[in-house]
Amino acid sequence: MINKKVANVTEALKGVKDNMTFMFGGFGLSGIPENAIAGLVKLNIKGLTCISNNAGVDDFGLGLLLQQKQIKKMISSYVGENDEFERQMLSGELDVELIPQGTLAERARAAQAGFPAFYTPAGYGTEVAEGKETREFNGKMYVLENAFKADYGFIKAWKGDAAGNLIFKGTARNFNPNMCGAANITVAEVEELVPVGELDPNQVHVPGIFVQRIFKGAHFEKRIEQRTVRQKSN
Amino acid sequence: MRENMLDKNGIAKRIAKEVKDGYYVNLGIGIPTLVANFVRDDIEVEFQSENGVLGMGPFPFEGEEDADIINAGKQTITTLPGASFFDSATSFSMIRGKHVDLTILGAMEVSENGDIANWKIPGKMVKGMGGAMDLVASAENIIVAMMHTNRAGASKLLKTCSLPLTGVGCVKKIVTNMAVIEITSKGFKLLERAPGVSVEEIEKATEGHLIIEGDIPEMIL
Repeated sequence: MINKKVANVTEALKGVKDNMTFMFGGFGLSGIPENAIAGLVKLNIKGLTCISNNAGVDDFGLGLLLQQKQIKKMISSYVGENDEFERQMLSGELDVELIPQGTLAERARAAQAGFPAFYTPAGYGTEVAEGKETREFNGKMYVLENAFKADYGFIKAWKGDAAGNLIFKGTARNFNPNMCGAANITVAEVEELVPVGELDPNQVHVPGIFVQRIFKGAHFEKRIEQRTVRQKSN
Repeated sequence: MRENMLDKNGIAKRIAKEVKDGYYVNLGIGIPTLVANFVRDDIEVEFQSENGVLGMGPFPFEGEEDADIINAGKQTITTLPGASFFDSATSFSMIRGKHVDLTILGAMEVSENGDIANWKIPGKMVKGMGGAMDLVASAENIIVAMMHTNRAGASKLLKTCSLPLTGVGCVKKIVTNMAVIEITSKGFKLLERAPGVSVEEIEKATEGHLIIEGDIPEMIL
Protein backbone atom coordinates (compact mmCIF):
# COMPACT_ATOMS: atom_id res chain seq x y z
CA MET A 1 0.00 0.00 0.00
CA ILE A 2 1.33 3.42 -0.95
CA ASN A 3 0.47 5.76 1.88
CA LYS A 4 -1.22 9.05 0.83
CA LYS A 5 -2.35 10.06 4.30
CA VAL A 6 -1.40 13.48 5.62
CA ALA A 7 -2.12 14.66 9.16
CA ASN A 8 -4.23 17.72 8.49
CA VAL A 9 -5.24 20.44 6.07
CA THR A 10 -1.99 22.38 6.62
CA GLU A 11 0.04 19.45 5.36
CA ALA A 12 -2.47 18.79 2.61
CA LEU A 13 -2.06 22.32 1.25
CA LYS A 14 1.76 22.25 1.24
CA GLY A 15 3.14 23.92 -1.88
CA VAL A 16 0.15 26.08 -2.82
CA LYS A 17 1.24 29.54 -3.98
CA ASP A 18 -0.03 32.80 -5.42
CA ASN A 19 -1.21 32.71 -9.06
CA MET A 20 -1.83 28.96 -9.17
CA THR A 21 -4.76 27.21 -10.86
CA PHE A 22 -6.98 25.05 -8.66
CA MET A 23 -9.91 22.73 -9.37
CA PHE A 24 -12.67 22.28 -6.80
CA GLY A 25 -15.25 19.51 -6.71
CA GLY A 26 -18.83 20.26 -5.71
CA PHE A 27 -22.21 21.26 -7.11
CA GLY A 28 -23.65 24.28 -5.39
CA LEU A 29 -22.54 23.73 -1.80
CA SER A 30 -22.90 19.96 -2.03
CA GLY A 31 -19.66 17.98 -2.01
CA ILE A 32 -17.35 20.98 -1.79
CA PRO A 33 -13.92 20.61 -0.14
CA GLU A 34 -14.82 22.81 2.84
CA ASN A 35 -11.62 22.16 4.78
CA ALA A 36 -9.27 22.93 1.88
CA ILE A 37 -11.21 26.14 1.18
CA ALA A 38 -10.94 27.18 4.84
CA GLY A 39 -7.21 26.44 4.68
CA LEU A 40 -6.76 28.55 1.55
CA VAL A 41 -8.63 31.40 3.23
CA LYS A 42 -6.14 31.25 6.12
CA LEU A 43 -3.12 31.19 3.81
CA ASN A 44 -4.62 34.16 1.96
CA ILE A 45 -2.75 33.39 -1.25
CA LYS A 46 -3.86 35.59 -4.16
CA GLY A 47 -4.23 35.71 -7.91
CA LEU A 48 -5.87 32.29 -8.08
CA THR A 49 -7.60 30.78 -11.08
CA CYS A 50 -10.40 28.56 -9.81
CA ILE A 51 -12.16 25.88 -11.83
CA SER A 52 -15.43 24.97 -10.14
CA ASN A 53 -18.97 24.43 -11.40
CA ASN A 54 -20.25 27.18 -9.07
CA ALA A 55 -18.70 29.98 -7.02
CA GLY A 56 -20.32 29.31 -3.65
CA VAL A 57 -22.54 31.79 -1.83
CA ASP A 58 -21.46 35.07 -0.22
CA ASP A 59 -20.37 33.57 3.09
CA PHE A 60 -19.61 29.94 2.26
CA GLY A 61 -17.72 27.81 -0.22
CA LEU A 62 -15.62 29.67 -2.78
CA GLY A 63 -17.49 32.83 -1.72
CA LEU A 64 -15.03 32.93 1.19
CA LEU A 65 -12.07 33.22 -1.21
CA LEU A 66 -13.95 35.88 -3.20
CA GLN A 67 -14.53 37.94 -0.04
CA GLN A 68 -10.77 38.19 0.47
CA LYS A 69 -10.24 38.91 -3.24
CA GLN A 70 -8.03 35.83 -3.57
CA ILE A 71 -9.51 34.82 -6.91
CA LYS A 72 -8.34 36.43 -10.15
CA LYS A 73 -10.30 34.22 -12.52
CA MET A 74 -13.26 31.83 -12.21
CA ILE A 75 -14.07 29.10 -14.71
CA SER A 76 -17.62 27.91 -13.99
CA SER A 77 -20.93 26.97 -15.59
CA TYR A 78 -23.31 28.73 -13.19
CA VAL A 79 -22.57 31.58 -10.81
CA GLY A 80 -25.93 32.87 -9.57
CA GLU A 81 -26.74 33.30 -5.86
CA ASN A 82 -23.58 35.26 -5.06
CA ASP A 83 -23.76 39.07 -4.79
CA GLU A 84 -20.06 39.61 -4.13
CA PHE A 85 -19.24 37.52 -7.18
CA GLU A 86 -21.57 39.61 -9.33
CA ARG A 87 -20.12 42.84 -7.98
CA GLN A 88 -16.51 41.80 -8.69
CA MET A 89 -17.44 40.53 -12.14
CA LEU A 90 -19.34 43.65 -13.18
CA SER A 91 -16.60 45.95 -11.84
CA GLY A 92 -13.99 44.00 -13.82
CA GLU A 93 -11.99 42.91 -10.75
CA LEU A 94 -12.78 39.28 -11.47
CA ASP A 95 -12.23 37.57 -14.79
CA VAL A 96 -15.01 35.04 -15.49
CA GLU A 97 -15.13 32.29 -18.09
CA LEU A 98 -18.54 30.65 -18.29
CA ILE A 99 -18.60 27.26 -19.98
CA PRO A 100 -21.27 24.57 -20.39
CA GLN A 101 -21.51 22.21 -17.44
CA GLY A 102 -20.95 19.04 -19.45
CA THR A 103 -17.91 20.65 -21.06
CA LEU A 104 -16.55 21.52 -17.62
CA ALA A 105 -16.94 17.90 -16.46
CA GLU A 106 -15.39 16.53 -19.64
CA ARG A 107 -12.44 18.98 -19.61
CA ALA A 108 -11.65 17.62 -16.14
CA ARG A 109 -12.15 14.02 -17.21
CA ALA A 110 -9.99 14.56 -20.32
CA ALA A 111 -7.17 15.89 -18.12
CA GLN A 112 -7.53 12.85 -15.86
CA ALA A 113 -7.58 10.46 -18.81
CA GLY A 114 -4.76 12.01 -20.84
CA PHE A 115 -6.79 13.43 -23.72
CA PRO A 116 -5.55 16.87 -24.82
CA ALA A 117 -8.93 17.90 -26.26
CA PHE A 118 -12.29 16.60 -27.45
CA TYR A 119 -15.18 17.64 -29.64
CA THR A 120 -18.56 18.44 -28.13
CA PRO A 121 -21.76 19.79 -29.70
CA ALA A 122 -22.41 22.01 -26.65
CA GLY A 123 -22.16 25.70 -27.42
CA TYR A 124 -21.92 25.40 -31.19
CA GLY A 125 -23.37 28.53 -32.80
CA THR A 126 -23.12 30.49 -29.52
CA GLU A 127 -20.51 32.85 -28.07
CA VAL A 128 -18.97 29.88 -26.23
CA ALA A 129 -17.66 28.61 -29.59
CA GLU A 130 -16.14 31.95 -30.64
CA GLY A 131 -12.47 31.58 -31.54
CA LYS A 132 -12.59 27.80 -31.18
CA GLU A 133 -12.04 25.20 -33.86
CA THR A 134 -15.27 23.61 -35.11
CA ARG A 135 -15.72 20.50 -37.19
CA GLU A 136 -18.51 18.47 -38.75
CA PHE A 137 -19.00 14.81 -37.91
CA ASN A 138 -21.86 12.90 -39.55
CA GLY A 139 -23.66 16.09 -40.53
CA LYS A 140 -23.51 17.71 -37.08
CA MET A 141 -21.24 20.53 -35.91
CA TYR A 142 -18.92 20.21 -32.91
CA VAL A 143 -16.60 22.52 -30.96
CA LEU A 144 -13.06 21.57 -29.95
CA GLU A 145 -12.50 21.97 -26.20
CA ASN A 146 -9.19 21.54 -24.35
CA ALA A 147 -8.44 19.48 -21.25
CA PHE A 148 -7.94 21.54 -18.10
CA LYS A 149 -4.47 22.14 -16.71
CA ALA A 150 -4.32 22.80 -12.98
CA ASP A 151 -1.77 22.77 -10.16
CA TYR A 152 -4.02 21.31 -7.46
CA GLY A 153 -7.37 19.59 -7.40
CA PHE A 154 -9.40 19.75 -4.19
CA ILE A 155 -11.80 16.87 -3.72
CA LYS A 156 -14.37 16.02 -1.08
CA ALA A 157 -15.39 12.40 -0.55
CA TRP A 158 -17.48 10.57 2.04
CA LYS A 159 -15.09 7.73 2.91
CA GLY A 160 -11.50 7.08 2.02
CA ASP A 161 -8.44 5.16 3.15
CA ALA A 162 -4.71 5.88 3.37
CA ALA A 163 -4.24 4.28 -0.06
CA GLY A 164 -6.29 7.19 -1.47
CA ASN A 165 -9.32 5.10 -2.44
CA LEU A 166 -12.53 7.13 -2.33
CA ILE A 167 -16.27 6.54 -1.97
CA PHE A 168 -18.80 9.34 -2.42
CA LYS A 169 -22.30 9.79 -1.07
CA GLY A 170 -25.40 10.83 -3.00
CA THR A 171 -25.15 13.82 -5.32
CA ALA A 172 -22.14 15.09 -3.36
CA ARG A 173 -20.23 12.95 -5.88
CA ASN A 174 -20.78 15.34 -8.85
CA PHE A 175 -17.50 16.68 -10.30
CA ASN A 176 -15.28 15.17 -7.59
CA PRO A 177 -14.43 11.84 -9.29
CA ASN A 178 -13.79 13.58 -12.63
CA MET A 179 -11.33 15.99 -11.06
CA CYS A 180 -9.28 13.29 -9.28
CA GLY A 181 -6.00 12.97 -11.14
CA ALA A 182 -6.86 15.92 -13.38
CA ALA A 183 -4.45 18.32 -11.65
CA ASN A 184 -0.75 17.90 -10.83
CA ILE A 185 -1.62 17.18 -7.20
CA THR A 186 -4.99 15.84 -6.06
CA VAL A 187 -5.89 16.52 -2.44
CA ALA A 188 -8.87 14.62 -1.07
CA GLU A 189 -10.62 15.41 2.19
CA VAL A 190 -12.98 12.82 3.64
CA GLU A 191 -15.59 12.64 6.37
CA GLU A 192 -14.37 9.19 7.39
CA LEU A 193 -10.82 7.98 6.97
CA VAL A 194 -11.13 4.22 7.44
CA PRO A 195 -8.35 1.66 7.99
CA VAL A 196 -6.86 0.23 4.80
CA GLY A 197 -8.67 -2.99 3.92
CA GLU A 198 -12.00 -1.83 5.24
CA LEU A 199 -13.32 -0.44 1.94
CA ASP A 200 -14.76 -3.15 -0.28
CA PRO A 201 -12.72 -2.91 -3.53
CA ASN A 202 -15.97 -3.55 -5.43
CA GLN A 203 -17.43 -0.37 -4.02
CA VAL A 204 -14.51 2.02 -4.56
CA HIS A 205 -15.53 4.93 -6.83
CA VAL A 206 -12.05 6.42 -7.35
CA PRO A 207 -8.92 4.23 -7.10
CA GLY A 208 -6.12 5.66 -4.97
CA ILE A 209 -3.76 6.10 -7.94
CA PHE A 210 -5.60 9.34 -8.79
CA VAL A 211 -5.05 10.83 -5.32
CA GLN A 212 -1.76 12.20 -3.93
CA ARG A 213 -2.86 13.37 -0.48
CA ILE A 214 -5.77 12.37 1.71
CA PHE A 215 -6.85 13.67 5.11
CA LYS A 216 -9.83 13.57 7.42
CA GLY A 217 -11.58 16.93 7.38
CA ALA A 218 -11.66 18.47 10.86
CA HIS A 219 -15.13 19.89 10.36
CA PHE A 220 -17.89 19.61 7.78
CA GLU A 221 -20.76 22.05 7.95
CA LYS A 222 -22.45 20.59 4.84
CA ARG A 223 -24.69 23.60 4.44
CA ILE A 224 -27.95 23.19 2.49
CA GLU A 225 -28.47 25.92 -0.11
CA GLN A 226 -32.18 25.39 -0.83
CA ARG A 227 -33.90 23.54 1.98
CA THR A 228 -37.07 22.26 0.33
CA VAL A 229 -39.54 19.99 2.09
CA ARG A 230 -43.07 18.67 1.67
CA GLN A 231 -45.72 18.51 4.35
CA LYS A 232 -46.88 15.23 5.82
CA SER A 233 -50.51 14.70 4.90
CA ASN A 234 -52.78 14.22 7.95
CA MET B 1 -51.90 38.53 -17.62
CA ARG B 2 -55.53 37.78 -18.26
CA GLU B 3 -57.28 35.44 -15.93
CA ASN B 4 -58.08 32.79 -18.50
CA MET B 5 -54.45 32.31 -19.46
CA LEU B 6 -52.65 29.40 -17.85
CA ASP B 7 -50.53 29.83 -14.77
CA LYS B 8 -47.23 28.01 -14.26
CA ASN B 9 -48.98 24.90 -12.99
CA GLY B 10 -51.27 24.94 -16.02
CA ILE B 11 -48.28 24.99 -18.36
CA ALA B 12 -46.67 22.16 -16.39
CA LYS B 13 -49.91 20.16 -16.54
CA ARG B 14 -50.10 20.45 -20.33
CA ILE B 15 -46.43 19.50 -20.76
CA ALA B 16 -46.92 16.46 -18.51
CA LYS B 17 -49.08 14.99 -21.31
CA GLU B 18 -45.96 14.86 -23.50
CA VAL B 19 -44.23 12.54 -21.02
CA LYS B 20 -44.61 8.95 -22.21
CA ASP B 21 -44.24 5.56 -20.56
CA GLY B 22 -40.58 4.48 -20.36
CA TYR B 23 -39.13 7.97 -20.76
CA TYR B 24 -36.02 9.26 -19.05
CA VAL B 25 -36.72 12.97 -18.57
CA ASN B 26 -34.50 15.93 -17.68
CA LEU B 27 -36.37 18.80 -16.08
CA GLY B 28 -34.91 22.31 -15.97
CA ILE B 29 -35.32 24.80 -13.15
CA GLY B 30 -38.61 26.74 -12.74
CA ILE B 31 -41.83 25.68 -14.52
CA PRO B 32 -40.22 22.43 -15.80
CA THR B 33 -39.67 21.24 -12.21
CA LEU B 34 -43.46 21.39 -11.69
CA VAL B 35 -44.08 18.93 -14.54
CA ALA B 36 -43.17 16.01 -12.24
CA ASN B 37 -46.28 16.79 -10.14
CA PHE B 38 -48.62 16.14 -13.07
CA VAL B 39 -47.23 13.04 -14.75
CA ARG B 40 -49.80 10.21 -14.86
CA ASP B 41 -49.14 7.65 -12.17
CA ASP B 42 -49.96 4.68 -14.40
CA ILE B 43 -46.78 5.17 -16.47
CA GLU B 44 -43.12 4.54 -15.58
CA VAL B 45 -40.88 7.57 -15.92
CA GLU B 46 -37.46 8.36 -14.44
CA PHE B 47 -36.30 11.90 -13.81
CA GLN B 48 -32.64 12.73 -14.36
CA SER B 49 -30.95 15.63 -12.64
CA GLU B 50 -27.67 16.70 -14.22
CA ASN B 51 -25.87 17.00 -10.88
CA GLY B 52 -25.87 13.20 -10.77
CA VAL B 53 -29.09 11.39 -9.96
CA LEU B 54 -31.52 9.26 -11.92
CA GLY B 55 -34.79 8.31 -10.25
CA MET B 56 -35.49 11.55 -8.41
CA GLY B 57 -38.39 11.48 -5.99
CA PRO B 58 -40.38 14.23 -4.25
CA PHE B 59 -39.02 16.72 -1.72
CA PRO B 60 -38.20 15.14 1.66
CA PHE B 61 -40.40 15.48 4.72
CA GLU B 62 -39.24 18.07 7.20
CA GLY B 63 -36.35 16.73 9.26
CA GLU B 64 -35.38 14.24 6.56
CA GLU B 65 -33.39 16.65 4.36
CA ASP B 66 -29.93 15.44 3.38
CA ALA B 67 -27.25 17.94 2.26
CA ASP B 68 -25.80 15.16 0.09
CA ILE B 69 -29.00 14.61 -1.93
CA ILE B 70 -30.03 17.61 -4.01
CA ASN B 71 -31.32 18.39 -7.52
CA ALA B 72 -29.87 20.74 -10.15
CA GLY B 73 -31.73 23.63 -8.50
CA LYS B 74 -29.81 22.81 -5.29
CA GLN B 75 -33.06 21.83 -3.58
CA THR B 76 -33.13 18.91 -1.17
CA ILE B 77 -34.83 15.89 -2.77
CA THR B 78 -35.43 12.19 -2.20
CA THR B 79 -34.78 9.22 -4.46
CA LEU B 80 -37.17 6.47 -5.53
CA PRO B 81 -36.49 2.70 -5.50
CA GLY B 82 -34.22 1.93 -8.46
CA ALA B 83 -32.46 5.30 -8.32
CA SER B 84 -28.75 5.75 -8.97
CA PHE B 85 -26.07 8.37 -8.34
CA PHE B 86 -23.19 9.13 -10.69
CA ASP B 87 -20.51 11.70 -11.44
CA SER B 88 -20.97 14.78 -13.66
CA ALA B 89 -19.14 13.36 -16.69
CA THR B 90 -21.41 10.30 -16.60
CA SER B 91 -24.43 12.56 -16.22
CA PHE B 92 -23.52 14.46 -19.37
CA SER B 93 -22.75 11.20 -21.16
CA MET B 94 -26.43 10.41 -20.61
CA ILE B 95 -27.35 13.81 -22.05
CA ARG B 96 -24.78 14.17 -24.86
CA GLY B 97 -25.14 10.50 -25.77
CA LYS B 98 -28.91 10.96 -26.30
CA HIS B 99 -29.92 8.47 -23.63
CA VAL B 100 -32.36 10.99 -22.15
CA ASP B 101 -35.66 10.89 -24.05
CA LEU B 102 -37.13 14.29 -23.22
CA THR B 103 -35.69 17.61 -22.08
CA ILE B 104 -37.97 20.30 -20.68
CA LEU B 105 -36.48 23.71 -20.00
CA GLY B 106 -37.33 27.38 -19.63
CA ALA B 107 -36.35 30.18 -22.01
CA MET B 108 -36.15 33.94 -22.27
CA GLU B 109 -36.55 33.87 -26.06
CA VAL B 110 -37.19 31.31 -28.80
CA SER B 111 -36.94 32.09 -32.51
CA GLU B 112 -39.08 30.68 -35.31
CA ASN B 113 -36.21 28.44 -36.47
CA GLY B 114 -35.85 26.87 -33.00
CA ASP B 115 -32.94 28.91 -31.59
CA ILE B 116 -33.14 29.40 -27.84
CA ALA B 117 -31.71 32.06 -25.50
CA ASN B 118 -31.90 31.49 -21.74
CA TRP B 119 -28.56 32.17 -20.05
CA LYS B 120 -27.49 35.76 -20.27
CA ILE B 121 -28.77 39.33 -20.54
CA PRO B 122 -25.66 41.35 -21.42
CA GLY B 123 -24.90 43.97 -18.76
CA LYS B 124 -27.81 42.83 -16.57
CA MET B 125 -27.94 39.19 -15.70
CA VAL B 126 -25.02 36.81 -16.10
CA LYS B 127 -25.63 33.63 -14.17
CA GLY B 128 -24.28 31.17 -16.66
CA MET B 129 -25.64 28.40 -18.81
CA GLY B 130 -25.25 25.52 -16.35
CA GLY B 131 -26.14 22.38 -18.28
CA ALA B 132 -28.52 24.07 -20.72
CA MET B 133 -26.06 24.30 -23.63
CA ASP B 134 -25.19 20.61 -23.36
CA LEU B 135 -28.86 19.70 -23.15
CA VAL B 136 -30.06 21.71 -26.15
CA ALA B 137 -27.08 20.73 -28.31
CA SER B 138 -27.80 17.02 -28.00
CA ALA B 139 -31.40 16.35 -27.04
CA GLU B 140 -33.68 15.40 -29.92
CA ASN B 141 -36.87 16.08 -28.05
CA ILE B 142 -36.82 19.51 -26.41
CA ILE B 143 -39.91 21.24 -25.05
CA VAL B 144 -39.69 24.83 -23.87
CA ALA B 145 -41.92 25.88 -20.97
CA MET B 146 -42.37 29.63 -20.69
CA MET B 147 -44.74 32.59 -20.59
CA HIS B 148 -45.71 33.80 -24.07
CA THR B 149 -44.61 37.37 -23.29
CA ASN B 150 -42.08 38.90 -20.91
CA ARG B 151 -42.89 41.13 -17.93
CA ALA B 152 -42.90 44.19 -20.18
CA GLY B 153 -45.51 42.49 -22.38
CA ALA B 154 -43.15 41.88 -25.30
CA SER B 155 -43.31 38.60 -27.22
CA LYS B 156 -40.79 35.88 -26.36
CA LEU B 157 -41.52 34.05 -29.63
CA LEU B 158 -39.40 35.98 -32.10
CA LYS B 159 -38.22 36.02 -35.70
CA THR B 160 -34.66 35.96 -34.38
CA CYS B 161 -33.43 35.96 -30.79
CA SER B 162 -31.97 39.23 -29.53
CA LEU B 163 -30.15 37.73 -26.53
CA PRO B 164 -26.99 35.57 -26.65
CA LEU B 165 -27.96 32.09 -27.82
CA THR B 166 -27.92 28.89 -25.79
CA GLY B 167 -28.38 26.68 -28.85
CA VAL B 168 -29.30 26.86 -32.52
CA GLY B 169 -32.25 25.23 -34.30
CA CYS B 170 -32.94 22.84 -31.45
CA VAL B 171 -36.37 23.58 -29.93
CA LYS B 172 -39.18 21.35 -31.22
CA LYS B 173 -42.15 22.46 -29.18
CA ILE B 174 -43.15 25.36 -26.95
CA VAL B 175 -45.88 25.34 -24.32
CA THR B 176 -46.81 28.79 -23.01
CA ASN B 177 -49.60 30.27 -20.93
CA MET B 178 -51.44 30.89 -24.23
CA ALA B 179 -50.63 28.11 -26.66
CA VAL B 180 -48.89 24.94 -27.76
CA ILE B 181 -46.64 25.65 -30.71
CA GLU B 182 -44.55 23.37 -32.89
CA ILE B 183 -41.42 24.62 -34.61
CA THR B 184 -41.47 23.72 -38.29
CA SER B 185 -39.18 24.63 -41.18
CA LYS B 186 -41.68 27.40 -42.01
CA GLY B 187 -41.99 28.90 -38.53
CA PHE B 188 -44.15 28.62 -35.41
CA LYS B 189 -47.11 26.33 -36.07
CA LEU B 190 -50.04 26.87 -33.72
CA LEU B 191 -51.31 23.51 -32.44
CA GLU B 192 -53.51 24.34 -29.45
CA ARG B 193 -54.94 27.33 -27.60
CA ALA B 194 -55.16 27.72 -23.84
CA PRO B 195 -58.82 27.46 -22.75
CA GLY B 196 -60.61 30.71 -23.56
CA VAL B 197 -57.67 32.27 -25.45
CA SER B 198 -58.40 33.25 -29.06
CA VAL B 199 -56.21 32.71 -32.11
CA GLU B 200 -56.12 36.49 -32.58
CA GLU B 201 -54.74 37.03 -29.08
CA ILE B 202 -52.01 34.44 -29.72
CA GLU B 203 -51.16 36.05 -33.07
CA LYS B 204 -50.87 39.42 -31.37
CA ALA B 205 -48.54 38.06 -28.72
CA THR B 206 -46.28 36.28 -31.23
CA GLU B 207 -43.66 38.36 -33.03
CA GLY B 208 -42.33 35.52 -35.22
CA HIS B 209 -44.24 34.03 -38.15
CA LEU B 210 -47.25 32.08 -36.82
CA ILE B 211 -48.74 29.39 -39.04
CA ILE B 212 -52.46 28.86 -38.48
CA GLU B 213 -54.05 25.96 -40.33
CA GLY B 214 -57.74 25.12 -39.89
CA ASP B 215 -59.51 25.15 -36.55
CA ILE B 216 -57.17 25.38 -33.58
CA PRO B 217 -58.46 23.23 -30.71
CA GLU B 218 -58.31 24.18 -27.06
CA MET B 219 -55.80 22.36 -24.86
CA ILE B 220 -57.18 19.47 -22.85
CA LEU B 221 -55.73 19.75 -19.38
